[in-house]
Amino acid sequence: MNTLIFRTLAPLVVGTMLVFSIYVCLRGHNEPGGGFIGGLIAAASMAVFGMASGVAAVRKALRFDPLTIAGAGVLLAGASGIASLFIEAPFMTSIWLYLNLGDTVLPISTPMFFDIGVYLVVFGTLSSVALALEEESEGDI
Amino acid sequence: MALPSLDASIALVALFPFLAAALAPVLHRLTGAFSGWILALVPAGIFVFLLSLLPGIVAGETLRLAIGWVPAYGLELSFFIDGLSLTFALTISGIGTLIVLYSGSYLAGHAHLGRFLGFMLAFMGAMLGLVLSDNMLALFTFWELTSITSFLLIGFDHQRMAARRAATQALVITNIGGMGLLVGAIVLQQAGGSWDLSVLRAAGGMQEHALYGVILALFVVAAFTKSAQFPLHFWLPNAMEAPTPVSAFLHSATMVQAGVYLLSRMTPILGDTPVWMALLVSFGAVTLLWGAIGALRQTDLKQMLAQTTLASLGLLVLLIGLGTSVAITAVMVYFVAHALYKAALFMAVGAVDHEAGTREITALGGLAEKMPVTFIATAVAVLSMLGIPLTVGYFAKEEMYLGLLSGDWASVVTLIVLVVGNAMLGGVGLLVMVKPFLGEAVPTPKTPHEAPIAMLAGPLLLGAAGIVAGILPDWLGHDILAPGATAILGEAVEPHLSLTINFASPLLWLSALTWVLSIAVFRLATPARTLLRRLSHGLGWTADTVFDAVMFSLIRFSGAVTRALHHGQLEFYLVIVFSGLALALFGPMLALDGFDWLWPTAELGAWVGFSMPDVRLYEWAIFALVVIGLVAVLIAPSRLAAILALGVQGAAVALIFLLFGAPDLAFTQLMVEVLSVAVLTLVMTKLRLDIRDHRPFEDWGRDGVIAILCGAGVSLMLMLVLSGTLDTRLSDLFTATSVPMAHGSNIVNVILVDYRGFDTLGEISVVMGAGIAIMALLRRRRTKA
Repeated sequence: MNTLIFRTLAPLVVGTMLVFSIYVCLRGHNEPGGGFIGGLIAAASMAVFGMASGVAAVRKALRFDPLTIAGAGVLLAGASGIASLFIEAPFMTSIWLYLNLGDTVLPISTPMFFDIGVYLVVFGTLSSVALALEEESEGDI
Repeated sequence: MALPSLDASIALVALFPFLAAALAPVLHRLTGAFSGWILALVPAGIFVFLLSLLPGIVAGETLRLAIGWVPAYGLELSFFIDGLSLTFALTISGIGTLIVLYSGSYLAGHAHLGRFLGFMLAFMGAMLGLVLSDNMLALFTFWELTSITSFLLIGFDHQRMAARRAATQALVITNIGGMGLLVGAIVLQQAGGSWDLSVLRAAGGMQEHALYGVILALFVVAAFTKSAQFPLHFWLPNAMEAPTPVSAFLHSATMVQAGVYLLSRMTPILGDTPVWMALLVSFGAVTLLWGAIGALRQTDLKQMLAQTTLASLGLLVLLIGLGTSVAITAVMVYFVAHALYKAALFMAVGAVDHEAGTREITALGGLAEKMPVTFIATAVAVLSMLGIPLTVGYFAKEEMYLGLLSGDWASVVTLIVLVVGNAMLGGVGLLVMVKPFLGEAVPTPKTPHEAPIAMLAGPLLLGAAGIVAGILPDWLGHDILAPGATAILGEAVEPHLSLTINFASPLLWLSALTWVLSIAVFRLATPARTLLRRLSHGLGWTADTVFDAVMFSLIRFSGAVTRALHHGQLEFYLVIVFSGLALALFGPMLALDGFDWLWPTAELGAWVGFSMPDVRLYEWAIFALVVIGLVAVLIAPSRLAAILALGVQGAAVALIFLLFGAPDLAFTQLMVEVLSVAVLTLVMTKLRLDIRDHRPFEDWGRDGVIAILCGAGVSLMLMLVLSGTLDTRLSDLFTATSVPMAHGSNIVNVILVDYRGFDTLGEISVVMGAGIAIMALLRRRRTKA
């Protein structure tokens, strides 16, 4: 699998996939997409990256352990639910804020943070599994 | 009693420590040695805020705040402050401030100090939430949180076997009680009709209810495990494996008092019956004496204190069992006195250990010269423990004796138990005060010197508080004891503490007798210890060994079950799983006559009018792709090719989803397909199987039959589902409300992150848990290989 073409194209593909995954995650509330799919795409990009440049490079690029990222995702999702307690509403009641930026109105909401949490969990868990598996097969070669 | 509503600041009291806990490691990394000082501001702020509520509470108010948490299950974050919860909360946050400060210094330079402070603050939050909760489910949640955080704290030094074992033991024992509490709360809700303790209390007790016995038993088990009553006491002395600040906090004033708090809280609902009294008084008395004897047997200062904690908990439970207004006042004053002196003593002992290098009472002596401040703090605390006038401990002892002067034989027996128990505790206190500090100086592992200010502040301030409370009996009685006792009993209690000394009163003579006996215990400590140790050696087993035996047989039993069910042959598991699936698909269909709908009937024209369905060309192409993928799987020359072929038909299915208006599903299917091909390929190369599949014919046939059955089952089930009319109420509701209510037009996503966000939260937790499990398995393989 370690062909020159693959190794050259992989960074491009990985970068595109990552940007696309974030785009898919953020547009998810109104268009097809969402945190789960975004996380899957991002995890797949990590698997590709790992195949092309080795697991060590991926781990270095990620800086955090993928499982830590997943843990942060669960925390973020949970915390986005707690926010509603401060307006005396039941746990996980969504809160919407509209930021008026002149021409556009940017909606910020707790479901968005929740979805980002989902993204991080899926991304972190699947990448950690994929990376661990790749690491094993690397060890064999 | 009026119940004025309150702003959200009360909820912050319980939630803020958790926030601080999350930030603690980062803060420690940034500020290093100062993190203890900074983080101590959190409990200090809470303490000041709670103090500002005191005048209102003294005036007879109660405060309540309810936030819906999961309203569907009756779970509310409702907080309730009356005299009882305020006293506990003040103790927790006040002592907590000093403990955080102390920890920062005690573990200074420790690599994981930030984590430690985080655990400590999280524990504090759990404890505050526990005593402030009104809703029983919230109370249970916080109760379990104290178990978990204390598990982390006790096992903080996790590289030591003993610490891990003590942590596990505490968790196992207290969780048995936690389960009791949950079931008890549910039964109580069924019987009493409310989750809220304040409502239940106002509605009157459950003593006449048919389920009273069950509820009582469950709550008593919960309280006894947490407050370490005999015979479930053994985890508490073992928990001394924790670093000293933990012992000072958990095992003097907070965690072990949770059971005492629960029993006090339940007194109006479950108390004042012969069973209640008999249970609490007898177990309390046994625990009191057992702990006192245990304390005499020890030479480790921390162990001695731990055993006296056990005894004090027994004493408190006994007093709650008595249940008279004087006894309940005694509970309040003894709780305050004990919290003050025990935390001070633990901290002082920690200072000795920290600076002299040992805690063995036989290896210490003459420290007073080198550590005068520590000695003064210890002495003040021990005087309060002895119940000398001008300390708060004096009133504690007076009150408990006063409650038992009625003269019938039961109170005489109880009185004797109390005097003997107090005398032994006093003797142990004298040992702690005199042996290490006075007499000849003994060489110690480290050259002793005074501990840093952050470690001295706690014992000194707590000792001072004990004296201030001791010389201001009117304030103590009016502001702390009366509101607390009133809250427990549900009727007004008048404070009657005073410093007047009356020689005609038997109380004075009982106190004097206790002191004389304490000195006798102190004098006879060494021979008594030898005797007790010989006796326990003769006995040969303890509750601790029983616990070990139970745990090990449990492990053996689960090992046997695992070996029977989980023998490690993947092939066999898969056969079982898929046979199960086939059964689950066909069983109900056969039982509910589902096939009748699928049979062609006369009205359908019996195949005569069979025509090609109206399907477009590209749709045919996709179906062809699926079929090609399937055929390719079946005829694939190697495993790898089969996996790739499977991916082809999966992608084709994704295309079908896309065409028929489920782009989200298609997207996910496609990504899952890509990832599963990648992961499977990696696993396959790892497993180094034969590239070809050589199965014997009978295996091949069996697997084929199962595969066909499952596939046919799913298809038939889908046809059945589609032949019925679709109930569109839910999807109509989602379509209609998704934009106005959830501001999103992608219904799938709106359902996932908004309407059913709670489920998704659970699911991502499961995903994460599965990830951790997979990583653990992979790591295990790697270390084996």
